[in-house]
Amino acid sequence: MSKIIVQGMAQGTVLKTTSPINFLGAVDKKTGMIRDKKYDIFEKSIKNTVLVFPHGIGSSVGAYTIFSLKSYQSAPVAMICQKADLTVASGCALANIPMIIVSDEEFDSIHNGNQITIDTNSKKLFN
Amino acid sequence: MELTSEEKAALNGEHGDTLQTAYRILVATGEATNAEKLIPITWAHLSGVNYNTIGDAGEQFLRELSKDARVKVKATVNPMGIDFDHISEFNHIDDEFIKKQASIRDSYIRMGVEPTFSCTPYDIFDLPEKNTQVSFAESNAAIFANSLGGLKTNKESAFSALASAITGKSPYSDLRKDDISTPMTIRMKMNNPNELDFGMLGFFAGKVGDTSVNISGVSQPNRRSCKALCGGMGTSGTCAKFQFVDTEDDTSEKVDFGKEEMNEVFDELNTAEKGDIITLGSPQLGLEELSDLSKMLKGKSFEKRCMIFCSRFVQEQARTLNYINEIERAGGEILSDCCTCLTPLIDTNETDAVTTNSIKGAYYLKNSTGVDVNLKPLSKIIEDETK
Repeated sequence: MSKIIVQGMAQGTVLKTTSPINFLGAVDKKTGMIRDKKYDIFEKSIKNTVLVFPHGIGSSVGAYTIFSLKSYQSAPVAMICQKADLTVASGCALANIPMIIVSDEEFDSIHNGNQITIDTNSKKLFN
Repeated sequence: MELTSEEKAALNGEHGDTLQTAYRILVATGEATNAEKLIPITWAHLSGVNYNTIGDAGEQFLRELSKDARVKVKATVNPMGIDFDHISEFNHIDDEFIKKQASIRDSYIRMGVEPTFSCTPYDIFDLPEKNTQVSFAESNAAIFANSLGGLKTNKESAFSALASAITGKSPYSDLRKDDISTPMTIRMKMNNPNELDFGMLGFFAGKVGDTSVNISGVSQPNRRSCKALCGGMGTSGTCAKFQFVDTEDDTSEKVDFGKEEMNEVFDELNTAEKGDIITLGSPQLGLEELSDLSKMLKGKSFEKRCMIFCSRFVQEQARTLNYINEIERAGGEILSDCCTCLTPLIDTNETDAVTTNSIKGAYYLKNSTGVDVNLKPLSKIIEDETK
């Protein structure tokens, strides 16, 4: 079952990782670049992407990283997670980044490079 | 989530921008955790205080917010990046950092928080009675509160705890409720674990556990080991509670933490054979730990720089008890209001590697500060690095 965490509409290209993200340690708060070698999206930028990842982990200050990314216009246009966590949910809420939770099957069906439209007002949350 | 008419009005902006923002955060986090309602909390512990972590965007946000926002319940705050009393000893810290850090400090004080600047509020204040609902953002403090303090909090984010401080409410979900499904059991297979082993156990448990884990095979760890466990666990995952168990629940999933699992964590975080400097305190050291340290240092001196982090409150207590005298005599530098994690006091132009006994510290030294880490238990640090 899909679920809306933060409302909104957005369109973009999918950047997907199957690793949970620690925003504080792993993402550059000005550029949106992934700077932790452990990630399969190392040295890729999350700027203007539809960021697809299982959930957030680690520091609670990661919420500020998400807010900071938005201030530097380096934030993803939307986020899609398998499981909601408070850091990502609250960061997206303050930064006004649409965020939804999707089922495991839906998560698996989304691939890197897909063009996705998210609209939390429509019945099907993403296309 | 069901909101009262008062809460709905605030969410719709009828009580001003600050409360609207706060309720928007609470609704998003409530939806995220399937909460049915908001409930009162009595204490919020806020993260997002270090200029290094929240940056210009965070500094500006707090400056704006603090013009109007006031905390409604007791609120304590995490460490800053620096110790203002000792800043003249660190020439590489630029004026811009000092200015922005001071602004963040002042914004929080304007909002009415207690200026604790500590990641160990449980070492400063007596905890309220069991089952009290609180809202702790600092992960080690949330885990400590749930697991050892008998309090109830989710692993809050910087913004959800801030929203709780301003409204006095939190979504009623997950660890705030009593009906948690049987958690996974981690079987501790290492004998006589020291605090570093407990940190690694926590880091492992945080990775494999979900919201809560049981830990078997452990008897009565001391406070240093408990804090290391909380710190390690908070760093690696979403898990916010553990429970030591004597007998294993037959129905729960079981995972062993033995030599192999421990080596894997060690190899992930230990990247140097020796450090240029030593740091102790992530989480910040408490009174008992400073007492132990002062005893271990009797008649010895550090052979290299050793930064020791504790809260201002604990430092003052330890000073009157003469623990600090002994540590400073041995060459230890006592620093307050900041901590190993993400402090710019470590000069990366001069430091390639840091020796520490903290798994939490190691993770952030490596991934955020960008230095190599040499992990050793405290007893080994004293043995190897003093004379």
